[in-house]
Formats: sequence, structure tokens, C-alpha cells
Amino acid sequence: MASTAEGVRRRDWIHIAALSTAGVGGASVLYPLVSQMAPTADTLAASTTDVDISTIEPGQSVKATFQDQPLFVKRLTPEEIAEAVADDTADMRDPQTLAERLGEGNADILVNLGVCTHLGCVPLGAGEGEDKGEYDGYFCPCHGSHYDVAGRIRKGPAPTNLAVPDFEFASESVIRVG
Amino acid sequence: MSFAWAKQYEPQTAFTKWMDEKLPLPRLVYSAVGAGYPVPRNLNYMWNFGVLAGFFLVLQIVTGVVLAMHYASNTEVAFGQVEHIMRNVNYGWMMRYAHANGASFFFIVIYLHIFRGFYYSSYKAPREMIWLLGVVIFLLMMATAFMGYVLPWGQMSFWGAKVITGLFGAIPVVGEPLQVWLVGGFAPGNSALNRFFSLHFLLPFVIAGVVILHIWALHIPGSSNPTGVEVKKESDTIPFHPYYTAKDGFGLGVILILFTFMLFFLPNMLGHPDNYVEANPLSTPALIVPEWYFYPFYAILRAFTGDLTIPFTDIILVPAKLLGVIAMFASILVWFFLPWLDKSPVRSGHYRPMFKKFFWFGLIPCMAALFYLGGAKPEEPFIVLSQIATAYYFLHFLVILPIVSQIEIPKPLPFSITEAVLGKDEGGAGAATAATDMSAGDAPDASPQPAE
Repeated sequence: MASTAEGVRRRDWIHIAALSTAGVGGASVLYPLVSQMAPTADTLAASTTDVDISTIEPGQSVKATFQDQPLFVKRLTPEEIAEAVADDTADMRDPQTLAERLGEGNADILVNLGVCTHLGCVPLGAGEGEDKGEYDGYFCPCHGSHYDVAGRIRKGPAPTNLAVPDFEFASESVIRVG
Repeated sequence: MSFAWAKQYEPQTAFTKWMDEKLPLPRLVYSAVGAGYPVPRNLNYMWNFGVLAGFFLVLQIVTGVVLAMHYASNTEVAFGQVEHIMRNVNYGWMMRYAHANGASFFFIVIYLHIFRGFYYSSYKAPREMIWLLGVVIFLLMMATAFMGYVLPWGQMSFWGAKVITGLFGAIPVVGEPLQVWLVGGFAPGNSALNRFFSLHFLLPFVIAGVVILHIWALHIPGSSNPTGVEVKKESDTIPFHPYYTAKDGFGLGVILILFTFMLFFLPNMLGHPDNYVEANPLSTPALIVPEWYFYPFYAILRAFTGDLTIPFTDIILVPAKLLGVIAMFASILVWFFLPWLDKSPVRSGHYRPMFKKFFWFGLIPCMAALFYLGGAKPEEPFIVLSQIATAYYFLHFLVILPIVSQIEIPKPLPFSITEAVLGKDEGGAGAATAATDMSAGDAPDASPQPAE
């Protein structure tokens, strides 16, 4: 594509311009092809969940669904709070205190995504009589991750604590997640 | 294609002559899998599995296209549609069981085909490209099989999809957005089921395309053989048809007896009962395992339970989850490097005493252990056993194979394939009778006669 004595050859210019136009066109077509794989508008629209917490007794959990994933909402008992606070300083993979996990102005409502941070199984422990693992919280049966009473990873392959989604108290008795 | 003495296609009738001028398709077939393709005369039954794999690919495509006529990829109805196929569609039960067990048999013959390649070093020059394309086919098969298993939308379908797409979430920084993009939501749902169905339909045809490249690449140097000695002259070869079409036909008959026995008497033996329970995103089955053909790689994935840290500090370099994912992918990607890791000039394991010991007493028990451990519960002693087996697996390919191939003293090789078969070279005149004698017994490689 060398230029001649008269400067850039007309044909070279046409080649470069044509290929550039086709390249930009091709890349523009690629964007919608990639983007169509992302979550659809209706999936994104169903992105908040309200949970009624007035009927949850201390020590009891309810399971809800948040963005197609299981959500565990638990009212901790005073004993469980004491146990979790006592463990705040323990050696952990993903250190976090109970207060950080509950958030401000929230004494006892623990909200966790019921999705093991290892490979996405639903941990046991939120239902009546389920295996709570060695730390009295949640146990993932797939690959043996043990979470403590505050949903913090204590043993097994999971890399982080159970996720705490953003939530707020919509009223005294209802939390809005998302 | 490959040798100067390969017979050329000669059209006999006016129609075939006309056809040969316009579109020489019969000529292509004749030279590729007919009398025009000379093949080493000493191939044993381990050389059947390429053709058998081709058969099962065709079986999967035929039964799959038929099943797609009755299936619907919507989470509301998918599980019910599969039962509809089983109960209402004429012979639907047979098509579905043939497709499910056909996948298992496809993997059985592919594993034997791959391990034939390991033992006889089929990956060595000049056949590296055949091997590389073969590994690509295996990866495509794994993707296809995984997505196919999601389609019935049972418990194992759903949780398998969740765990496998969760692997991508382990990639640093881009992992979680990538996972959401792949699934089209925050958990597998309608979007995931639809795209998996679309890709599950597409990929077998991509596999068929790569198979054509695989065979094309094979026909340039020609087939390898159990001695690993290259073809030198015409008496070393016999035409593919009728000799190997007959031998492959016999092997096909044997595998079809096994296949139909599974299909009609044990159709669910290789499946999981949990997959007859409809998918429930809020309840995980007690033990999530993939289909049996993924067990070795699943065992490697689960073997990593501790983070990689800087010694004596708490700084995590690579978290356990990512380590497992890397190791699982690496366990297959290492196959791409085999042609360059194994430096021995001798191909066949028959003439490599040290390599042979590590193959039979190292690699084979290691793979058997990984097959067992991938389906076992994630608890002791299985965890530590899978760690040992995983360590040996990588040690075998990355350390033992390169060292053994440098230090071992191979046994003397026969001068030619003909000599390996007949004991001494009879020259070109004896080739025709030798070729017919050959079909009487198939023990040429069992007692190779070294030169001198």
C-alpha cells in the first residue's frame, strides 16, 4: 500500500475506506448479537421482593425468592446473636461482624441469599430440622461448605460469606429487598 | 490420497462417468473410506473406535432431530414434554432412551479412542493436527452433552446447569457479569433453557464439521498402526475396503449388541433418579453430580479445597474455587500439548517398557479412581483420594511423560510393518497372498518380532 510520487493512490484509499466501513458495520451488528444474551427486561423488572417479617418468630426462618434465587430471612434469637458476636473476632476467610451483616437500625433480622458462594447450591439450615452444619448456621451439601449462624463461611470450599442483598424496612413489618 | 500405490477410482457406467466429471463425490468417498485408501495391514481392534464414534454421532443427530420434533424448550412445559415423549409419542420412549444411552456410548467409544491415542502415541508427528482437532471435538462433545442434559428440566438438569455456569463466576472481576450473561438471568430459567436447546441443536453439526477436518488431516499421513513404524511400501498396506470396512463392521455389531442391551433392559442405569423430579430452584438435591462421563473432571474440580496463599501469611493468591476451575479446564487442555511433552521418537507403547508401566500402573488406575471419585460424596476419604489422583494425573503428563520419554531405552523396532506381521520381508510379490492371510487372524501386534 505504498504511496506513489503523486501521494496516496486512489485505489488504496478506496480499499481502506471500504474495509473500515465494513469493519465498523460488522462490529455494530456484533453488539446486539452479544447483548441479546443478557437478562431480558422482564427478568430485570422482577428485581425487588417484599417480605413480611411480622410473623417470623425468633429462631425461625422464611424462604422467599429474590431475582429467581432463594432468599433466607431469619429472626435471630438472643442466644444466636451472642454466639455470632462472640465469633466476630474469630479467624475467618471473609471477616465480617454481625453488625455489618445486619446493617444499621436492625437488631435481629438476618437476610441472606440462599446461594452457596462456591457453586450456587442452596444451603440447608433455613428449614425445620435441616442440617445446620458445624457452626449452627447453614450447610451446603454439594461440596461441604459450613456457614455460621450469621451466614459467614467458616469451613469448606466456598470463598465468601453468603451474600447479603440490599434491603430496607418498608414499614415496621415489611422489608423490601433489592 | 496418501500413498502412490493407492488405487484410483474408475467409473464403470455411463452415469458414474458423467457424475465423475460434474461432481466427483463417488471418487472422494472411494479415496477416503473405500478401496482407494491404503491402510496399514496390522491394525488391531483398538482402531475400530474412530468409525464407532462416527456411528454414534450419526445416531445422536438422527434421534436428536426426531426428539426435537416433540420437545418444547419452556420451563413451564419442558419436563412434561419429555414425559409426553415417553408415553404418548409412538416409539418416543425408544428414541429418548436411544439418545440418552447413545450419549453414554459415544463417550465410551471416545474414551477408548483417546486412550488408544495415549498408548500408541498417535499424537506424534506427523499426526499432531489430527490429535489437536480430536481434542477440539472432545471439548465440543462435552459442551453439547452438558447442554443436552439440561433440556429435560429435572432436578439434576437445573442444578447441574447452576453448578457448571457457576464455574464461570469464579473468574476474577468479569466472572459474575459473565455468568449472568451466559445464563440470561440470575439463575437458570427460560432464557437459559432456550439458548441451551438452540446450541444443543447446533453443536453436533459443528462437531460433524470438525470430524471432517479430523479425517482430512488423518488421510494426509495415513493411519498409524500398532507398531508405530511408518508405512514403507505397498505390502505394508491393504485397502480400507473391504478389509477394514469388514473389521469395523464386526466391531459395530459387537457394540450394537451392548448398546441395545442397555437400551432395552437397563435404560436408566447410567442416569440419575433425581432427574425424574421436576426442577425446583428452591431445593438442592442431596448430592449433585454430573453424568458419569464427566466424573473424572468433576473429581478434579472438587479436589481443591484450600486456597493458594503466600506461605506464613493470610494473603490469598488464588481462592480454592478458582483453583478447581483452572485445574479442571487444564486437565483437558494439557492434552493439546502432548505431541510436544512426549519426546520419545518411538510411537508404540509396545516398544517402550518404562512408558508402558506408567501407562498401565499409573495413568489407567488414576483415571479409574477419578471416574469413581467424581461420583462419590464430597467427604473423607474421597476428598483426599481425589487430591492424590489429581496430583498424579498432572504429574503423569507434565513430569513423568517428558522424563520417561528422554531416559528410557526402547526395544528394537521391526524394520517394517510387513516384517512385524510375517516375521521376515517377503517383498512385493507376496503382498497379495499376505493380505488375504492377514484377515484370518488379528494377532500381528501381539507378538511383534523385533529386527535382528
